[in-house]
Amino acid sequence: MVETTVKIVNKAGLHTRPAATIVKLASKYKSEFFISKDGLRINGKSIIGVMTLAAEMGSELHLSFDGEDEQQMHDEIFGYIKGGFDEL
Amino acid sequence: MKGLKEILKHSGNYLTGIAAAPGLTIGKAYVFAKEVLEINHNEITEVDEAITLFNEALEKSQKELRKIFGFAKEKMGETRAAIFEAHLMILDDPVLIGNITARIKQEKRFPEFIVDDEISKYQQLMFSASEHYMKERALDIEDIKNRIIRNLQKKRWQSKIPHGVIVVSGNITPADTILFTKSSALGYITDHGGLTSHAAIIARSLNLPAVVGTHNSTEKIKDGDLLVIDGFHGIIFINPDENQIEYFTEKIKHLSEINQELQGLTDKPAETLDGRKINLLANVDVSSEIDLVITNGAKGIGLFRTEQIIEEIGEFPDEEEQVKIYSKLADRIYPENITIRAFDIGGDKVRQFDLQEANPFLGLRGVRLLLENENLFKIQIRAVLRASIHKNINFMIPMVSTLQEIKRTKLLFDECKAELHKAKIPFDKHLKIGIMIEVPSAAVMAGDYAAEVDFLSIGTNDLIQYLMAVDRGNDYVSDLYQEFHPSVIRTLAHIVHEGKKSNALISICGEMAADTLAVPLLVGLGLKSLSVSPSAIPSVKRTIRALDYSKAQKLAEECLILSSEDEIIKTIEKFFKDNLIQRTRNIL
Repeated sequence: MVETTVKIVNKAGLHTRPAATIVKLASKYKSEFFISKDGLRINGKSIIGVMTLAAEMGSELHLSFDGEDEQQMHDEIFGYIKGGFDEL
Repeated sequence: MKGLKEILKHSGNYLTGIAAAPGLTIGKAYVFAKEVLEINHNEITEVDEAITLFNEALEKSQKELRKIFGFAKEKMGETRAAIFEAHLMILDDPVLIGNITARIKQEKRFPEFIVDDEISKYQQLMFSASEHYMKERALDIEDIKNRIIRNLQKKRWQSKIPHGVIVVSGNITPADTILFTKSSALGYITDHGGLTSHAAIIARSLNLPAVVGTHNSTEKIKDGDLLVIDGFHGIIFINPDENQIEYFTEKIKHLSEINQELQGLTDKPAETLDGRKINLLANVDVSSEIDLVITNGAKGIGLFRTEQIIEEIGEFPDEEEQVKIYSKLADRIYPENITIRAFDIGGDKVRQFDLQEANPFLGLRGVRLLLENENLFKIQIRAVLRASIHKNINFMIPMVSTLQEIKRTKLLFDECKAELHKAKIPFDKHLKIGIMIEVPSAAVMAGDYAAEVDFLSIGTNDLIQYLMAVDRGNDYVSDLYQEFHPSVIRTLAHIVHEGKKSNALISICGEMAADTLAVPLLVGLGLKSLSVSPSAIPSVKRTIRALDYSKAQKLAEECLILSSEDEIIKTIEKFFKDNLIQRTRNIL
């Protein structure tokens, strides 16, 4: 299992488009992926789940990856969020 | 003829909202209430059959949503439609679908009950968030939930709206817009939404009047009420009295006469009687307005307000997205030009940045904010450069107050050009850069600043606001917002005079230019380029074509020595009368 915490750096926060991209990225991997924020834990492969996260700029997400390709999955998704959803 | 102010003074039967699409209409109200679906929560015996039914309903919903997606792309542009992609993904969500399927098997109840219960859980979470956009998200998801349930019940989506009614609705989803375009509605009124809401965009593309963001229209208006929509002023009259009906009937009659007459002007030049050519351009807020720009015969786009893209899609568009939007507009308007203004964020516009400022209008807005966020600024500059391959794009900087701001922006331009050059990406090497003149310091220094740029564009709305030190949204002082105040007129004359020292082109793009009363004065002051909202183009053009430039110059000279707004307005009105020029605005 790989666990990490990442901060949202985008001005607009985790809006619909990056939510969709995170789910698309996650679906490429076999491992399980969960996102937690403020006591809410959702499956990162579920778009409706990710859309329920109200994550403003500066808020922190806790990510956990578990499975055979957990490291690569972590690297790609962590990088995407930390890099500001390729929007900065 | 009585004015609208007088009509309003003596009545209490009206609502106000945002004037989202121009026009006037009288008609019966059709209050569009969403059908409340009855959910069957009984137990079932055939589990396999229920699951097959559920999967069929998902497929049917996907099909419908794809159709709407396609329609939205066509009518509202790809960027806006892209948001619905996420909605399509929900119908394919492995966790959601997995949970629902498992619960059907386990609980053995009607699938519609499980779907409703399961999706509502997520909506509850969204509603409980404090962020406003999360509530909108929850409302959007309602549409998807109801779609699946309705398909489970094998019911058709409500598809009958009576013809020839005014649609009154809480808010309008993309799915509703399909319904409305099929029926021949007379106009739209909504409780929620702004200039870029679905209702506003659809009304503009269909050329129907609309007032949005009224807050309580669905409460105040009953089915079958007689309504007047004034889409010019954002006012709705409910069950108007005889006087009001007479007033608006007459206006509608005049309006249609004028429209017929004005339509004949599309291909005629904006030229004075004595041959002075005026460049009449359009201000564009949302890209869907381009059709009206072209049908009304604008000679290009004098101002494209890019901050509206952020409003429209709810976030900052990335570089690729911007390139797409700018290229599309530039292509459509070719061979004419388009002036793209950098994001004018701050003040009362677009609260993407959570700034706590005591005086936002005197704070971090326009170019000040962009220079504080260089990455964002450079993304936009690169996008504009990349879209400029047909050499018909100009770029404009908003809210300039110092020379330093111009120089820093130009340096960023050079950086972006070097980056693109290195990456072998083509762009217009001679793309023209201009500035908005809307801060008094820039107006005073116009001559010096003009030497640094290719063009100046006067933004009268802010210029008047800053010059008179008045917030026109503030009822206590809005009387002081005087377009025709001598200080405003003399400042305009000063800018024109200063601009002549260099070769910079000068245009005016504030609301003032769309006021037919101001047109002779602006032309007389020597302005050769006016940019107005697309719907105002025909009436402004008609005024220009009825003018003598030499007489307009004399009018300007006369006005420049007067010392009150009243005297100036009277002088201009006399000018119209003496020269037998009709004014559209009297009738509006």
